Amino acid sequence: MEQLIENYGAVLLAVPVGAFLVLNAIIATKVLAPRRSTRLKGQVYECGMLPIGRNWAQVHVRYYIFAILFLVFDVEIVFLFPWAASFLGLMDSGGAVGPAPFDKVILWQMVLFILTLVVGLAYAWRKGVLEWSSERVR
Amino acid sequence: MPDAIVLSEFAGIGMPDWVDALIRLVFIVALMTLNTLALIYLERKVLARFQARVGPTRTGPVGILQSAADALKLLTKEDVRPHSADRWVFELAVFFVFVPVFLMFIPIPFTETWFIRDLELGFLYVFAVLGLNIVGVIMAGWGSDNKYALLGGIRAAAQAISYELPMLLAAAGVVMIAAGHLLDAGLVGGALNLNTIVDQQRTTPYILLQPLGFVIFMIGALAEMHRPPFDMPVAESEVVGGYFVEYSGIRWSMFFLAEYTGLFLMVMLGSTVFLGGWNFPFGADAGLGWQIVLTLAKASAMIFVLFWLRAMFPRLRIDQLMAFSWKVLLPFALLQVLANGIILAYGGPDWVVGLVSLALLVSLVALIYVLVRAKAGGDSIHLEPARPRLVTSTEVASGD
Repeated sequence: MEQLIENYGAVLLAVPVGAFLVLNAIIATKVLAPRRSTRLKGQVYECGMLPIGRNWAQVHVRYYIFAILFLVFDVEIVFLFPWAASFLGLMDSGGAVGPAPFDKVILWQMVLFILTLVVGLAYAWRKGVLEWSSERVR
Repeated sequence: MPDAIVLSEFAGIGMPDWVDALIRLVFIVALMTLNTLALIYLERKVLARFQARVGPTRTGPVGILQSAADALKLLTKEDVRPHSADRWVFELAVFFVFVPVFLMFIPIPFTETWFIRDLELGFLYVFAVLGLNIVGVIMAGWGSDNKYALLGGIRAAAQAISYELPMLLAAAGVVMIAAGHLLDAGLVGGALNLNTIVDQQRTTPYILLQPLGFVIFMIGALAEMHRPPFDMPVAESEVVGGYFVEYSGIRWSMFFLAEYTGLFLMVMLGSTVFLGGWNFPFGADAGLGWQIVLTLAKASAMIFVLFWLRAMFPRLRIDQLMAFSWKVLLPFALLQVLANGIILAYGGPDWVVGLVSLALLVSLVALIYVLVRAKAGGDSIHLEPARPRLVTSTEVASGD
């Protein structure tokens, strides 16, 4: 068990190693590359013209709706993974879940959970949320 | 399973755990850089063959030094940052894009005994750190203070989250099957461990049991890495390069390093999870020396298919892109998980799982075919383009 946890130490170690690699490249370019900054060079690129208006534009609301839908299903998948890894074992363990007619409960619970979210997806679909063009949103 | 190679035994000296990990990570850094240089060169050559061109030929024999020359050029280019950019967000975005991809290397098994660390939840971990990549993309888009970068960044995030769902569900299907096999073998746990998953495929690679899962996984991998035909967020003709439009020189090349490393990791993951990794197909025992060859051969075959897809398909429009994920792939991936669960819980044999998955895949392909035909106007598709007619001078004069 301790080895299992120690293995994640390598993950912590990989963060500075990866960051160090990027930092190295940036330092190398600071040493090697020329630096002649001008006012025009510091302009934002807009196909060669001077930029028009504010650049932090508004973002359409549909991106947020997709993000909310994603959140719902992502949480579902977080629950799904431990279930997928263990449901057969839990069913085999017998007494833990129940006698013969009830030992499949652990399967049908998850089926019910998934179907509940599928109803949500169907509702969003029916509402027109999944359409990209905004005219069809009801 | 033989024990993992321990470097300290190899060198004959005592070595703390973290030094061992550090040496492996440094090895990965070298592998990753060389891999990216090679992949860029190979992609240009392969694409050129598909388009009846020759590709790079000038730098070195058959242009083999092209990537190295490009890297040198990028290193000596001026590092430009727009004056109105949000400085910290702009500069840190590079790290946030690159480090998660680097972190993904840790649980990937190259051979039975060679990996950085054997993570018990490796499969879930890979997807978890992959998701962090999106933060970097949004930071790049937001921090650049550029309309195209913002649009590209937001689109990239929308695309990445949409395709992550079917991909994760395809992965869950594999985990269910692996859990069943582990239970039959009398082992407890380990269905989320990549090494164990590969070990369970000694006789049957999981692509045979989950063909639909494999296809969904590959489509998801293409979309996650913004590869054509899912390259809408980074399309030159749409958003002039997307979220990295304001990055130049080495920072820009860091985005490409992350992208090609991500591509390599995705095919390595596909090769280990679906194609049996270091196993010789159908139970023949390959020696330890062949394992790295087998893993890389499977990964290379998949990379070639991805290059092929790039040459074959035009870019998807943004609405088609989102609809394909939410309306087609997600329901099919959910069906796959439900079917797997019911068959496995009622003790169905492996071939039933494979057959049902294949049937779902066939219906997916049929559905796409019908939808595309319907969009194109049913039977009125003209396979041959109308031939331009030569207009004679008399017709022009008479006004016909």
